[in-house]
Amino acid sequence: MSRKEVDTLVIGGGVVGLSIAYGLVRLGERVRVIDGDDHAFRASRGNFGLLWVQGKGLTHPAYARWSMAAARMWPSFAEKLSALTSIDLERVQSGGLMYCLSEKELTERVSKLADLRTALGGDYPFEVWRPTELKRLYPHLGTAVAGATFGPLDGHVSPLRLLRSLCDGLQRLGGELVTGRHCQQIVPKDSAFQVQVGDQIHTAGRVVLAAGLGNRDLAPMVGLQAPVQPNRGQILVTERMQPFLHHPSGHLRQTGEGVVQIGDSKEDVGLDDGTTLTQLSRIAARACRVFPVLAQVNVVRTWGALRVMTPDGYPIYQQSRQHPGAFVVTCHSGVTLAPLHADVLVQWMRGAPCPPDITSFVAERFDV
Amino acid sequence: MFRPMTPPDSPTLPSGESVTPFTITVDGRSIPARPGDSLAATLLMAAVVPLRYTPLSGRPRAPLCLMGVCFECLVTVNGQQNVQACMVQVRAGMQVQRQQSARTVGEPA
Repeated sequence: MSRKEVDTLVIGGGVVGLSIAYGLVRLGERVRVIDGDDHAFRASRGNFGLLWVQGKGLTHPAYARWSMAAARMWPSFAEKLSALTSIDLERVQSGGLMYCLSEKELTERVSKLADLRTALGGDYPFEVWRPTELKRLYPHLGTAVAGATFGPLDGHVSPLRLLRSLCDGLQRLGGELVTGRHCQQIVPKDSAFQVQVGDQIHTAGRVVLAAGLGNRDLAPMVGLQAPVQPNRGQILVTERMQPFLHHPSGHLRQTGEGVVQIGDSKEDVGLDDGTTLTQLSRIAARACRVFPVLAQVNVVRTWGALRVMTPDGYPIYQQSRQHPGAFVVTCHSGVTLAPLHADVLVQWMRGAPCPPDITSFVAERFDV
Repeated sequence: MFRPMTPPDSPTLPSGESVTPFTITVDGRSIPARPGDSLAATLLMAAVVPLRYTPLSGRPRAPLCLMGVCFECLVTVNGQQNVQACMVQVRAGMQVQRQQSARTVGEPA
């Protein structure tokens, strides 16, 4: 058994864990990230890549504020990270559209967003775009589209470039990344934590659980809870095309490489990250109603990935009362929230007051 | 480098079987073809090379694997972009265009 000591050990090398680790190492901490292997369910390698605000926090205005703050931090976050790693994140943040395929769908959506805007005291920018306005930008728009809501803060990045950039940035600043390892046990001892990873024991003053679905089993070891469940999303990608989609939507975006990515299914199917013809054809059919020309485009690949969802869909950010220094972080929107996780969140972990927007995101809210 | 065992406009296949040759159009030019060949083979026999230029570097390309794997033989067939020429059989009257750049979304329906 070898013993290695660091200030903070982050369990989980996805976008959430790496954002936190990157933030801590920027503040001069000694940080090590323990990442699993290719058999692990890795949401960061299968996700859609949206930087998304509109519609987030409909039942929880604090979450909408948190998402907006993250979106507003994205430009400087991306600039710093890219300057450090020379990796272009393919970030485009010129607003996002949610297409509605019936007048009823549009009316309901607008009403929900308007209610949220009221709850937020007016600070919640969105617009309603009618087909005539949309057609000016998108001559290929289908006649089935009744309109769209436009969120000016929305955008997208390449999630894989983000992941790679965070890995690279962390290591350039002296952080360590241990891959292909599984965390078996965490033992709180003398105001520190002994973490068993394979045949090694890592010792750290602080441990951050960012292991996605793995948090469920890890959290109780340090007096925390993470009642997360998998929720499967399936994605199709087309051949590369010359740019024609200037805005991402919740279901459809064109990547920096020209690929059209189509998605947004939601299924509770346990730990199965496969694909099904039923869902893929439903997703494709909806995309073809928005842009009928897509019916002529070749699909080159499909995949499934598992979202990490709490019962209400909102994050858990919590420090263990029983074992201070142990934190659990889990959320659905690790890409959107990355700038906050690398900044405000790590300051809280280092002793700053908890940001007011996230004080309610503790696991006890599920104990009813 | 490649030479057909019988000329592309011959009514007799190497097997001795009789066929009726026809023509297809490539960038407005008529080239001979015969049933049973892949479009990629027809294009190679008519020396239609380079077949395309890559969207990123602009470098010339020609059919390579002839079995659907390498995607080097992409052409526009009867208006459909990015067709793998090695994966379709040549048909009389096919309108083929070489591609100069990445595929476009095309005209609105």
